[in-house]
Amino acid sequence: MTEPLLRIEDLHVTFSTRLGLVEAVRGVTLSLDPGEMLGLVGESGSGKSVTGFATTRLLDAAGRVTKGRILYRGRDITKIPDSDFRALHGAAMSMIFQNPRAALNPIRAVGLQIADAILSHKRMSKQAAADAALKLLRAVQIREPEKRMSAYPHELSGGMCQRVMIAIAISCDPTLLIADEPTTGLDVTTQKVVMDLLAKIAAERGMATILITHDLGLAAQYCRRVVVMEKGRLVEEAPPEALFSYPQHAYTKRLVAASPTASSWIEDLVTEEERGQYLALRAACKPQAKPAPGTPLLLDVKNLAKRYDQGPPAVTGFSMTMKAGESVGLVGESGSGKTTISRMICRLIDASEGEILFDGESIGHLPAREFHRSPHRKDIQIVFQDPNESLNPRFSAFDCIAHPLLRLSGLRPGSALRQRVEECAARVGLPVELLSRFPHQLSGGQKARVGIARAIACRPRLLVLDEPTAALDVSVQAVVLQLLDRLRREDHLALLFVSHDLNVVRMMCDRTIVLRNGSIVEAGESRALFDDPQTEYTRALVAAVPHIRRAQAPIVSEGQST
Amino acid sequence: MASATLRHTAWILRGNPLTAVAASGVAILVLIAILGPSIAPYDPIASNVSEALLPPSHLHPAGTDQLGRDSFSRLLVATRLDLVIAVSAVGISFALGAVIGAFCGYAGGRLDRSVGRFVDVMMAFPLFVLAMAMVAALGNRVENIVIATAIINLPFYIRFARAEVNVRRNVGWVEAARACGESHVSVVLRFLLPNVLPAMAVQISLNLGWAILNAAGLSFIGLGVRPPTPEWGIMVAEGARFISTGKWWLVAFPGLALMLAVLCFNLLGDGLRDILDPRMRT
Repeated sequence: MTEPLLRIEDLHVTFSTRLGLVEAVRGVTLSLDPGEMLGLVGESGSGKSVTGFATTRLLDAAGRVTKGRILYRGRDITKIPDSDFRALHGAAMSMIFQNPRAALNPIRAVGLQIADAILSHKRMSKQAAADAALKLLRAVQIREPEKRMSAYPHELSGGMCQRVMIAIAISCDPTLLIADEPTTGLDVTTQKVVMDLLAKIAAERGMATILITHDLGLAAQYCRRVVVMEKGRLVEEAPPEALFSYPQHAYTKRLVAASPTASSWIEDLVTEEERGQYLALRAACKPQAKPAPGTPLLLDVKNLAKRYDQGPPAVTGFSMTMKAGESVGLVGESGSGKTTISRMICRLIDASEGEILFDGESIGHLPAREFHRSPHRKDIQIVFQDPNESLNPRFSAFDCIAHPLLRLSGLRPGSALRQRVEECAARVGLPVELLSRFPHQLSGGQKARVGIARAIACRPRLLVLDEPTAALDVSVQAVVLQLLDRLRREDHLALLFVSHDLNVVRMMCDRTIVLRNGSIVEAGESRALFDDPQTEYTRALVAAVPHIRRAQAPIVSEGQST
Repeated sequence: MASATLRHTAWILRGNPLTAVAASGVAILVLIAILGPSIAPYDPIASNVSEALLPPSHLHPAGTDQLGRDSFSRLLVATRLDLVIAVSAVGISFALGAVIGAFCGYAGGRLDRSVGRFVDVMMAFPLFVLAMAMVAALGNRVENIVIATAIINLPFYIRFARAEVNVRRNVGWVEAARACGESHVSVVLRFLLPNVLPAMAVQISLNLGWAILNAAGLSFIGLGVRPPTPEWGIMVAEGARFISTGKWWLVAFPGLALMLAVLCFNLLGDGLRDILDPRMRT
């Protein structure tokens, strides 16, 4: 065996905060061989990023390595002075961050930024550095690299910016690259391209990589070895096939179950015991009577279009229908117009053209600015993408849920209102004692629940969900998705599910509509559409979704052996 | 809830003792403003030529002026007038400016552009000169000082509120409020404005200090409050004539009062933002 490139031994990192000392990493031990790609997986707060930052000594001032060693080529780098560490940065190890646009200097051409990185470590002329930068842009497969040299970050797409970041990271031929959520926030097709590129470069240059991610599928696809972290501890380490087929630790089991795959159903997202509970809950919902013949469609959208002052139209010729209690997915990459459509259907913005019929009644003629007076306002509600941004910071959870009841259901403050709010909170599984808290005192999952409780408070008939789980951890996502599915069955609620996560949409929706550049590419029954996509674009989308490879061993054999 | 707010305030003050000092300074100022005339040892207007231009002593802690009036009493009584001018001027410009700015920031488009240009034009004038011109044109009265000070402050509030609202106009909770049946107007007034208030508290506090200086400055050059009304600016102006003959106390004490008042308001600003912002609470 060769000596490991990086060895972390019993690492402890502590942050001093207002609430005292917080141990973010408590005893992590792992090693990385030269050229290996290691997946570091965990949910928010698991300490995975902190481990990465501690290794590259980029912890912010409040954080400190309190115990343990980090050995780089056998040398403990937690003890060496900053001046020596600078030499390691870039040349020995470098880092890629989550938001590439924020990591690049917005007022400096990308070519110069790459050259800067080279010049800070190597002595060479500016011209030579510029030539090297050009070579790097070619290496990260940027089209027309000569032209892009002088481009500014805002002129490049998110994926392009991340390639530039990769170019900067590899500019001094590091032996270790730490990629912290490198593709989070990128579209799935872009994610695939960027990750393929990263894997290719790492393989070509023999660069060891630590891929820090919350996405099990991504880690499974690109890493030979995956490490799972929970609450600052390392709970399991194994090759992905074994890890995802036979998870050993309770947390890993839960995490693996919660990650939607290309074949899972909504009830699969929890562990075995909870699965039974969920199915029982679902079975308890009384089946809805078939609508009487002649009942109009719940939603009938005809030829919707939206044009903004500048640029090409955001949406053109969009038509769809929804029956009561049906769930429809709207998928597409960023810029496909799915958010614009969801806002038009919610009557938060006006359409430039087209008609929206709700319950057979045209609701499009009332301008969005007057729509708050419409009797249908409470029938169409929306759950927003980022739970952190969708609650008024000055409202307590109670106020948030009470707000639509006060405005739309005509309730007055008092015991009746309190009762309704508590009932809504109970339905979404939010403990009553949390109702007096402000949003910043709640976790992401709790905020998501408040957002959903607010949306269902007035018993709407159509709920638009704008990427409701995009900002949530997978285990929280699983719970929220099951919650939404249950609410749909209980209330006969129609769900319009806007998302870029194909696995989630396939699970949640009866039908799916694929959008691109503001118009429909393909539509149909979800399972059929994903199993056998008819258009090139949908095929590419489906193929780009990272998936968990399960070990080929049949499950039966496990049952026989025990 | 109230106890949580108090605990939070106490926490902020402990972490930032300067804010505590500033807050108690402001509290003392307000107290003096309320009690001024009743705690003043002498009548601030009654002249007594036999005791003119006495240096500070235990009888007259801040000395007497050229008419033999007790400077200390005049300083105490003047506090109310100066604070009232500053607070009402800042109050008016905050109320108007925040609302105008918030609507501009939320609506964008033509309204935003035209108000923005108007504000630019106003800010191109030297503001003190503008205030002088307004008081001169409107008449030498306290109300007019308030109006002039309010108007020259308006552009700052409009800009500030506009910028703060503009970054929030598309966040989820604003759209959520719309989906909950709020009109655009109530979204601005009941949702966006309260959320920009903490940030504006800093501006208000800094501005109060500045408004006190402005009012004193106007009085100093003879516009605004007229003698014999006690006012810090007038006291400095009157005392300035005697500075060359070594009667330093006539200028020093009102100057000191001004400086301390402005300093307290400025220091309070930052602490105030932390106290008002619920996100700073854990």
